[in-house]
Amino acid sequence: MTDAPAPEDATLPEGLARRDFGDGETLATQGSPVGPEATDGDWRAWDASRSKLAATYAVGLDPGLTADATVLYLGAAAGTTASHVADVAGATYAVEFAPRPVRDLCRVADDRDRLFPLLADARKPESYAHVVEADCDLLVQDVATRGQADVALRNRRFLADDGRLALAIKARSEDVTDDPSDVFDAVLADLREGYEVLETASLEPYHDDHLAVVARPH
Amino acid sequence: MTDDGWFANCEPGDVDGAAVAVRDGSASEPADWPARAVDAGFAPDEDAYYDALHEATVAAARAEAVERERADDQQLVHAVRAMDDCARTANELAERAAEWAGALFDVSGGGVDLAARVAERDAETPAEERAISLAERVVELDAEAEDLRGFIEQQAPTVAPNLASMAGPVLAARLVSLAGSLETLAKKPSGTVQVLGAEDALFAHLRGRASSPKHGIIYTHEYVRGTHPEHRGSAARALAGKLSIAARIDHYSGEPKPEIEAELDDRIATIRARTGDELPDDAGGDDGGAGE
Repeated sequence: MTDAPAPEDATLPEGLARRDFGDGETLATQGSPVGPEATDGDWRAWDASRSKLAATYAVGLDPGLTADATVLYLGAAAGTTASHVADVAGATYAVEFAPRPVRDLCRVADDRDRLFPLLADARKPESYAHVVEADCDLLVQDVATRGQADVALRNRRFLADDGRLALAIKARSEDVTDDPSDVFDAVLADLREGYEVLETASLEPYHDDHLAVVARPH
Repeated sequence: MTDDGWFANCEPGDVDGAAVAVRDGSASEPADWPARAVDAGFAPDEDAYYDALHEATVAAARAEAVERERADDQQLVHAVRAMDDCARTANELAERAAEWAGALFDVSGGGVDLAARVAERDAETPAEERAISLAERVVELDAEAEDLRGFIEQQAPTVAPNLASMAGPVLAARLVSLAGSLETLAKKPSGTVQVLGAEDALFAHLRGRASSPKHGIIYTHEYVRGTHPEHRGSAARALAGKLSIAARIDHYSGEPKPEIEAELDDRIATIRARTGDELPDDAGGDDGGAGE
């Protein structure tokens, strides 16, 4: 344990800091470690090349993660990113459809009493609307499926009016052959049916052919 | 579908019942469930509600993940058997279609390729119509076999990541299919894995009529097929040993363990160094089909 306080950073919420783990500054959160990752006391490095949400910060966007926020996380996979989110935020609902990563996600949730794993299909919000509460502050979406805008629109019902959507669009999930920038334009156009897009940025060099989007419901 | 939260019919403290409610329930719209649960007397306060929710969601997700994974290996078994049936039937019907088409049209060759060419012709008589239609079925069956292979290649790495990485997705699916399930494969000794698919030869040996088989379906792996015949037994033993470890990791933990594969690579390199001979050109691919 280190007693030194986290470096102050006006743009980062409480619980999230930039720290040096011996290889330049990276984002960091406090909590029990998950898998092989750099740690310093109870601080855990949040690697932008392994997490699209961390990369969203690294390319200069603010996904709107705040301390005590209620979060719905779609596409939680094995829960590495979800663990960082849960360590910063309040109640965090983590939805993942593939059974194998859910096993790991459960292990991550064992150490986090406000991380709720759900084995469910993000395209069918009715199948978890009896568990996930209304008026979430943040909807994080990282699903590798076709129809990513549709998933965001269907899950808009969970967001508070002043909530935020932090979306990572994976071009290759929509169309492997199409030019990524055309795919991004098409997804953004669909997304505008239910959201006002606030900011976008490419996630290069951390993730190829991904676009980070921050939006709010309208 | 109701508009109730998951806790509506749960007794406080009944984790199993709560897990079932989380898994099987649904609602058309979300609501402020923590406040509703407190109002309904399910929990004294929101903290207690979240504690109960945590217990219920972790239990539900864990149980369903195990169940779904068990079911997924059965889909793989069905798919690989269906793929073999489609390929075999396509070949059989292709012979029949070729014989018929040869009598009607000026065509040569055989197999699915010929059927594809016949299928594109225009029929001028009722007999030609039937022969061409038969050729079309052959082409469709062959396409179905290819689609099934694609499904297996996509699915096997999810069901058994280590096994699929080491054996290739199709051989991994065949091993699971021959054993019956990933669980039974994981419980088999490596000597059994080595001769899976060579049961006829094994029983001939046990009756004293033949030498023991060196390999079963794993013959299709490049590490066996591409090794000098003199050392294939060693290669098959080494491969089977690592494949059974991979199957056990996949069944019991599911964590990718690339070091097992690296150990196998080293071991095969050592075995092959004994002869130091060049590998045959056709070595490669995970599925050539032993006994074809």
